[in-house]
Amino acid sequence: MTIEVASVAVSQPSRLWLVFSRNPLFWLGALLLAIIIMVSVLAPLIAPHDPLEQNIVARLEPPSAEFLFGTDNYGRDVLSRLIYGARISLMVGFVAILIAMTIGCTIGIVAGYIGGALDQLVMGVLDVMLSFPALLLGLMIAAMLGASLQNLIIAIAITEIAPFARVARAPTIALKQQDFVMAGRALGFGPVRIMGVHILPNLISDVVVMSSLWMASAIRTEASLSFIGLGVPPPTPTWGSMIREGFDNILDAWWLAVFPSLAILLTVLALNLLGDALRDAIDPKLRGE
Amino acid sequence: MISFACKRLLLAIPTLFVMLTAIFVLVRLVPGDAASVILGDQATEASLRAMRARLGLDQPIQVQYLHFLRDVLTGNLGRSLSSGRTVVQEVLLVLPSTIQLTLAAITIGIVLGLPLGILAALGRNSWIDYVSRLVSLVGLSFPAFVSGILLLIIFAIHLGWFPVLTSDSTDPLERLRSLALPALNLGLILMAYVVRVTRSSMLGVLGEDYIRTARAKGVTPMRLVMRHALRNGLIPVVTVVGLYFGTLIGNSVLTEIIFNRPGLGKLIFGALNSRDYTLLEGLMIIFAICVIVVNTLTDITYGLIDPRVKYK
Repeated sequence: MTIEVASVAVSQPSRLWLVFSRNPLFWLGALLLAIIIMVSVLAPLIAPHDPLEQNIVARLEPPSAEFLFGTDNYGRDVLSRLIYGARISLMVGFVAILIAMTIGCTIGIVAGYIGGALDQLVMGVLDVMLSFPALLLGLMIAAMLGASLQNLIIAIAITEIAPFARVARAPTIALKQQDFVMAGRALGFGPVRIMGVHILPNLISDVVVMSSLWMASAIRTEASLSFIGLGVPPPTPTWGSMIREGFDNILDAWWLAVFPSLAILLTVLALNLLGDALRDAIDPKLRGE
Repeated sequence: MISFACKRLLLAIPTLFVMLTAIFVLVRLVPGDAASVILGDQATEASLRAMRARLGLDQPIQVQYLHFLRDVLTGNLGRSLSSGRTVVQEVLLVLPSTIQLTLAAITIGIVLGLPLGILAALGRNSWIDYVSRLVSLVGLSFPAFVSGILLLIIFAIHLGWFPVLTSDSTDPLERLRSLALPALNLGLILMAYVVRVTRSSMLGVLGEDYIRTARAKGVTPMRLVMRHALRNGLIPVVTVVGLYFGTLIGNSVLTEIIFNRPGLGKLIFGALNSRDYTLLEGLMIIFAICVIVVNTLTDITYGLIDPRVKYK
């Protein structure tokens, strides 16, 4: 009884806050992500060397005081390349998710609002896109368009549209039967205004919460495509292409592959930890209280 | 039940149609055209024209589309530009090795994932729960090539327990040894999914009234889990393995590249590197069909094992 009273009295944001603050995994994710963002923003200040500077004398040097994470095939400092690589990963992930969110939400809201055969068809296709391997879809698109930063972002954005559309569609169907939408329609508002002004603001928080999980998958896809050779072309440092170089030298220079691997793992893990905690907090089924 | 299955099958047809159209459009989006991509910059106008005629690119677009649909429906996906074999032959050649890897990975994922997920649900918010959640999130965060490389460095290069390259020897023990690391790589990632789904599904079931009743009647915890909770808790796990199929294909591409193992993934990678667009297009069509079939079967299986699913 007292619990029910309390949950009514506490407003939505602060109740969410209560759920996170008790979740150690949320804090771990937040801390990791904060560090990674700081590192990428401050890259020119903290990188010990120029990431593109080649030094033929110091080729494939193991980790030392001068080169903390060793040097690569061209004598470039792995740590500095790693720090600059964070920028590409975060930027590609963020822009791709922003594009996917815009397109996906539009598709989801329109399909849910209009309903009927269009909805059935759109959802059928999205279901297949959802279960179609993101990596393969991205790989095909990037291969067809050619390897460049812009095409990489397009390819990754397309792979992430379906999940956004799904998350936007379900609440739209519930919202369109609510009184305030009916009232808007009775006042003669057009469908575009109803979808944009009345429905969108009510589902945007669900969408934003999920976007950190999908940014994790976008970064994973970016790294995988770069590894395959479909990412941002060299000499720009990206984690995926650094691992590719490391893989080619795997027998005699373990540090080339290991450090970028850990960087990708930590970034994706941080986003997953955050996203997971956020989702637990908004999903009443999982809250189980 | 039968009508549910039929409806589900009928629903798959327009989906397949839309997917095929999407692939058709995507392939025609290639900058320049396919003929110049295949032949490169140095091609003469005559050879370009010959290649276009060979690929049917000199026909009007709607005719090309009809030919494309006809070819797919009759199973004619064209010939690989590099090897000259048909796409279907290429796929059948590497399929056994991919199936081997997939089955081994699914076994590992379920055998390790189920117990960990059950333990996490039973000890909710205890240390074992946090540890298993962290382990499964780490598993979900690993791009398959990253975990593959780390496994390769540690167990094959550093410790030398497994061969670095997949051996093609006929000795079954040798084959098993070279299957171990790739299967473990895919299996551990699947395990992460299984742990999560098992945990949340068991949490749902453990909160049900019939479990409380059973507990009140004095059923031992072991029997409570094994006999009462697990039966219902397992339903979503079955579907997650079906839904994981797509991810499994994507991850197997990376795994096969890392461990230099023949298979569908290696085939795609090869097609990509040799700019074999016919093979790439054919593989894309085959994957789309596989995904639709597995999706449909998963839905129908879900209906079969869960009597509560309503057949609307």
